[in-house]
Amino acid sequence: MSEAAKEKAVAFRGGGFAPRPRRWVGFAVFLGLILVAEWGTRAGWISALTLPKPSDVLATFRELYQSGLLFKHLGPSLSRLVVGAAIGASIGISVGILIGLSSYIRSGLVPLVAALFPIPKIALLPLFVIWFGIGEGSKYALIAFGTFTPTVVATYGAVDNVDRTLIRMGQSFGLTWFSIVRKIVLPGAMPGILSGLRISLAIAIILLVAAEMLGAEYGIGAYILQAGSLYDLERLFAGVVILSLLGVLVSALIGVIERRLLDWRT
Amino acid sequence: MDIRLDNISHSYDDFDVMRDISLDIPSGQIVCIVGPSGCGKSTLLRFIGGLERPASGRVLQLGAPPAGCLNPLTYIFQDFALLPWRSVAGNVSLVLEDHGIKGADTRRIIDDVLARTKLTDFAKALPKQLSGGMKQRVAIARALAVNPAVMLMDEPLSALDSQTRELLMDDLVDLWTRQPFTAVYVTHNLAEAVRLGHRVVVLSRRPGQIREVVEIDKPLAQREFGDADLDAYQKHLWHLMRDEARAADAELINV
Ligand SMILES: Nc1ncnc2c1ncn2[C@@H]1O[C@H](COP(=O)(O)OP(=O)(O)O)[C@@H](O)[C@H]1O
Ligand SMILES: [Mg+2]
Repeated sequence: MSEAAKEKAVAFRGGGFAPRPRRWVGFAVFLGLILVAEWGTRAGWISALTLPKPSDVLATFRELYQSGLLFKHLGPSLSRLVVGAAIGASIGISVGILIGLSSYIRSGLVPLVAALFPIPKIALLPLFVIWFGIGEGSKYALIAFGTFTPTVVATYGAVDNVDRTLIRMGQSFGLTWFSIVRKIVLPGAMPGILSGLRISLAIAIILLVAAEMLGAEYGIGAYILQAGSLYDLERLFAGVVILSLLGVLVSALIGVIERRLLDWRT
Repeated sequence: MDIRLDNISHSYDDFDVMRDISLDIPSGQIVCIVGPSGCGKSTLLRFIGGLERPASGRVLQLGAPPAGCLNPLTYIFQDFALLPWRSVAGNVSLVLEDHGIKGADTRRIIDDVLARTKLTDFAKALPKQLSGGMKQRVAIARALAVNPAVMLMDEPLSALDSQTRELLMDDLVDLWTRQPFTAVYVTHNLAEAVRLGHRVVVLSRRPGQIREVVEIDKPLAQREFGDADLDAYQKHLWHLMRDEARAADAELINV
């Protein structure tokens, strides 16, 4: 047998394990699920009590928008979310950096944070009402508290991962402590902090509904709870869709920030 | 400004790293320190730069640093230690910001050091866009910006391929010829030591002690790649080091 007769292309086996963004796939999954639900509810193999018709939910949503009620609900919710999450995240990042940098603060606070993390913040709602009143204060506090713990954990983990040789470099050039934190530690920890924020902000949206359980006339959470107590599934779903959209929006926003702030990553 | 090491010994826990090291580093000279890995070269350099304290002995500065010197003892690290989120110019300006240098002065210093390291065209590039050799030139530019009295270089060329290493050695010789600087240059590469060192200090294996100090008289600018004189020095150094290196190598296996 000649050598040439045995020749054979080397089989490629190096593919996979490298996910790349495929934007339209996400939309297709959503669209597919909605279409299946629409088909099922119309054809009758999904009963009206199991799931509302997506087109009805859309109609409810349109009604909500046209009556102007959408923004009446969305406004207070967004401001609660922004204020609460901003307070929680900024305190969380500061405390996380201190834990990351100081042995005493670390030893003192890490067990405390571990103790606070698993507490369902909703269980503390009555306490917050006593401390901060039934108004906006207790809602901000609940959301802030819920955002705080995951942010702290993500931040000090991120600070631990900052390249120590960069900090040594800063010290060797005589940079001040504050400069090292601001110019080396904080930007170095930023990738970890931002991915922590993705989780913290999702938790903030979850807690928004809990916060609006008490004494809120307007707000997406209040709207969902009202609909839920009446078993008005169309309105319930319209509210849930708004929360989901809010989640997608927040995640996209962090994606934009990551692309702008972290373009130095290889 | 000279540096004097006075009887430095050190141990981590009960593990001796170096013993009785005394050495003078005269101003305007490059002193190379060679020795088998683990003999305490990096540790010694951290003592000189004040990043760590020896268990006994002292590091002394003799005389005042020259005027205009912002950071007398300045490092150049093996892994460059550039901030990846700052541009080339930003990495240089980092070390000026804390010394109250502002605006036009910053610009002037940055332009000057980037020109001296042939990086002018890359001022706006991010470290991820640069080759290893260019990154180390940025680190050298950053060190020059603070006008150091003594440069402390810890295997600055070890992360680079051999061609880039040759080019950068030429660059360092050029820099030194135009304006002599003082440097402590740690390396395990004997070719670098004989090319750049006015004196080469050979350390024994751990615990590191000075075995011999070799003076090389030939002016830096006249030393060339594959120089016969230098080869003789290099051979001599290798004879000094070979047994130490072999023993150090065997020791690491037993740890
Ligand atoms: N912070 C430290 N703690 C404990 N041991 C260390 C520390 N730094 C260095 N060593 C040990 O000291 C010895 C000398 O290290 P080093 O100065 O890095 O050697 P070299 O640079 O000559 O290779 C090594 O055996 C190393 O393991
Ligand atoms: Mg070393």
